Amino acid sequence: MTTRFDKLGVVIAAIVAYAAFAAPFATLRANRIVPGEARSILEALPPTLGPLLLAVVVVAAVVALLKTPLILRLAASVVALAALALLIGVAGGFLTPEGNSFARISPASGFWLLIFAFTLLLADGLTRLNLSPSARIAVLVVTAAAIGMLLVSGSWNSLSILKEYANRADSFWAEGSKHVTLALGSLAAAVIAGLPLGILCHRVEKLRAGVLNVLNIIQTIPSIALFGLLIAPLGWVATHVPGAASLGVRGIGTAPAFVALFLYSLLPVVANTVVGLAGVPRAANDAARGMGMTERQRLFSVEFPLAFPVILTGIRIVLVQNIGLATIAALIGGGGFGVFVFQGVGQTAMDLVLLGAVPTVALAFAAAIILDAVIEMTSTRRREAQPA
Amino acid sequence: MKEAGVKAWLPSLLRLALVVLLIAFVTNPGWFEPLLKPLTESNAPAIYNQGSLLTLTLLHLRTVLIATVAATIVAVALAILVTRPAGVEFLPLSRSLVNIGQTFPPVAVLALAVPAVGFGEKPTLIALFLYGLLPIFENALTGLTTLPANVVEAARGAGMTGWQRLVKVELPLSAPIILGGIRLSVVISLATATIGSTVAARTLGEVIIAGLLSNNLAFVLQGGLIVAALAVLIYDGLSTIERYTARRMGQETA
Amino acid sequence: MIEIEGISKRYDATTVVDDVSMVIEPRTIAVIVGTSGSGKTTLLRMINRLVEPTAGVIRLDGADNRSLPGYELRRSIGYAIQGHGLFPHRTVAQNIATVPVLLGWDAARIKRRVDELMTLYQLDPQAFGPRYPHELSGGQQQRVGVARALAAEPNVLLMDEPFGALDPIIRNKAQEDLLAIQKRFGTTIILVTHDMEEAVHMGDKIAVMDAGKLVQYARPAEILAKPASAFVETLVGASEKPFRLLSLGRVRDAVETGAAEGEAIPADTSQRDALAELLWSGRPALPVTGADGKPLGRVTVDGLVKRAARPT
Repeated sequence: MTTRFDKLGVVIAAIVAYAAFAAPFATLRANRIVPGEARSILEALPPTLGPLLLAVVVVAAVVALLKTPLILRLAASVVALAALALLIGVAGGFLTPEGNSFARISPASGFWLLIFAFTLLLADGLTRLNLSPSARIAVLVVTAAAIGMLLVSGSWNSLSILKEYANRADSFWAEGSKHVTLALGSLAAAVIAGLPLGILCHRVEKLRAGVLNVLNIIQTIPSIALFGLLIAPLGWVATHVPGAASLGVRGIGTAPAFVALFLYSLLPVVANTVVGLAGVPRAANDAARGMGMTERQRLFSVEFPLAFPVILTGIRIVLVQNIGLATIAALIGGGGFGVFVFQGVGQTAMDLVLLGAVPTVALAFAAAIILDAVIEMTSTRRREAQPA
Repeated sequence: MKEAGVKAWLPSLLRLALVVLLIAFVTNPGWFEPLLKPLTESNAPAIYNQGSLLTLTLLHLRTVLIATVAATIVAVALAILVTRPAGVEFLPLSRSLVNIGQTFPPVAVLALAVPAVGFGEKPTLIALFLYGLLPIFENALTGLTTLPANVVEAARGAGMTGWQRLVKVELPLSAPIILGGIRLSVVISLATATIGSTVAARTLGEVIIAGLLSNNLAFVLQGGLIVAALAVLIYDGLSTIERYTARRMGQETA
Repeated sequence: MIEIEGISKRYDATTVVDDVSMVIEPRTIAVIVGTSGSGKTTLLRMINRLVEPTAGVIRLDGADNRSLPGYELRRSIGYAIQGHGLFPHRTVAQNIATVPVLLGWDAARIKRRVDELMTLYQLDPQAFGPRYPHELSGGQQQRVGVARALAAEPNVLLMDEPFGALDPIIRNKAQEDLLAIQKRFGTTIILVTHDMEEAVHMGDKIAVMDAGKLVQYARPAEILAKPASAFVETLVGASEKPFRLLSLGRVRDAVETGAAEGEAIPADTSQRDALAELLWSGRPALPVTGADGKPLGRVTVDGLVKRAARPT
């Protein structure tokens, strides 16, 4: 134990060394489709800023490499990430030829690796800090606000992904709201249907295995296959049930995507409701019954509150999963951020792929952090209330 | 007793029937043409005609197999590493990384792999590999960190070295949980491989997407059914192995 | 012989075992008793170096236990723990064979040894050998646990609450089995328990530990008669003392000449059980018979009551 190196720091320093000195920082392309030319940090930035950025990442890497206080490591990672975020925008402006609106500047592997390395350092620091749930949400809000300010300020406007955005700002927000509606709407429907189903399965043992098995099988079916399998029945409903078509039921489009996401969401909701209810201490139930509570009173004032954190965990799984799966809805005309991903793949325009993928990942990530925090808050409060 | 006998046999019979049907379908799709014909419009072909279903099925399975084997090796090795004294520093970080990683949708991983390696099977393999790592790593970690304390203690007390404990006790004991991770990983991989055909990997997704593009419901349905049947069968098969290994040790099966 | 000399174990600021010295004679059973947190288990685990001491030396037959790598040392010492710790993924036979396999014994020798131990423990090798631990009853699992600990014919056997998870009837049987096997193999046993009854019953000597310190190390009769401190006194249990004392002796040693009416008591019954039998039957005396069924004399309530008084 005499080494003064931090083990994770060695990994981070190695990545930083490669990314800062051997890998390209930004890529310059004459238009959005042709292959690009690599630019290193010194080539991509004005003469004063290039060396400055190198100095910042090297110092931050040294802080990571040595056994340093936690607060210093956190500060180093935040400073390095901020410098990278600001200067990639500067590189965009610096590399774009005067008056050329076709040229595309995008961050290259070196930039991404540096971001990865310092995010690793930040994640390690935050993990060791063991933040309270509300503090985690605060960190998320501050980070989101900082990124939002950078976006609004226009300092990233010369980067290719934002040029793609500028070209389709309207459809971006339209698809975005469709994506969120699809993910949240199917979740809401699954909760409305899944909770009673879960309670029923808890009460009626005969139903339990059967229902859970069927839902399990549905979860197993790959999303695109399920989307496809739903096209035929929904198309039939649209043409044969009067009024269905006018309600938006259609073989292709949002309807099969919604139904598929709903079906996927049922298993975690139902299963966690069953597990949560089964985990309610027998003594609590006995006491409730002994005090003369009716079935309904017992459900709402004892069982349900106690099972709540477990049910919430199911909802977290569903939400994160739905945000990801909603991307695939684009393949059957259901809209969402997937539209950009698949258009981008089709046109081999990677910036367009990123325009679809980055907000999806950000949404899923934020949803996971917020719900994890909420779950922790509800379950710790409970633990304090009744020591085990 | 008789009724119980039928009940016990029914799942096996269903499985067998599904396997037979699946094999018949991918080897002789022509037999099923009359069934699918009503779904097509204006005399479009009812059976996928731009490649053999059998070849696509095998390619699909091969992609999943390669990615899963690689992911298993790497994930289990990493889980072993962070549970040894030398790597224990990485344990909390690796847990949060897995949590973060799981929020990445497989499609995003797939699409983002394209700029790095180009179109074809490669980005699909990378996406499958990366995404497959997470459930296996998470389960291996759970398995290796929740071993019954007195069993590990007994292994130490019997004079096993660290390596002997790992190979003879810790890994066999966590086998059912690790298998569970592999099962989840395979199911996700089967689905992601389907989407892989959007980046030009040759998988069964090709059939579905061709159907979607040409508005041919028969294609969509046959592609979807084959993939769904594969997923259900493989999931079921792996669950059975998992239950068997767990039961042998007298563990409760989830 | 096991010599423990000035052994201490500290974790940061807390001292778990504090300067303990004791000698355990070969072929005897030493029982370490104490409340939870007294350091008794840590002391035991330092003998086979599952825990490395902070200070002090432990010598086994004169050799420092640090002269071998830890894992080799542990292969030469039997170790049985509460809840048996059987490997759930291995059969009973494979479990028992653990240390012999580690030591590289040949297959025939391992099989012979496994069969011998299983027979000794009344487990039919044919029937039980291929089973998995979860298919056995609690008592059978415990026996397999001890058989595994004895498999490589160790001179020393360490046991940490080996009977803790058993119900009273099975526990008595397991204790008797262990005593019989200890006599047969002459193994030196160090047994940790929190149960004074078990300590008095099993131990040639009892070591009482409290807050990391060895408070008293003596023969059971002496511990009962002259507890070294108030703590030992409480542990012994004031109201139980006379009965514990009686449980140390056999009826054979309390036989008086003369005859008596009633059902005979075998000579190897404990004096405590004999007294219970006398009180229950309502007779002042009962006949005593030897192992061969021949009458040896009688045992009386008065005689036993005198024996239960504090020794002087």
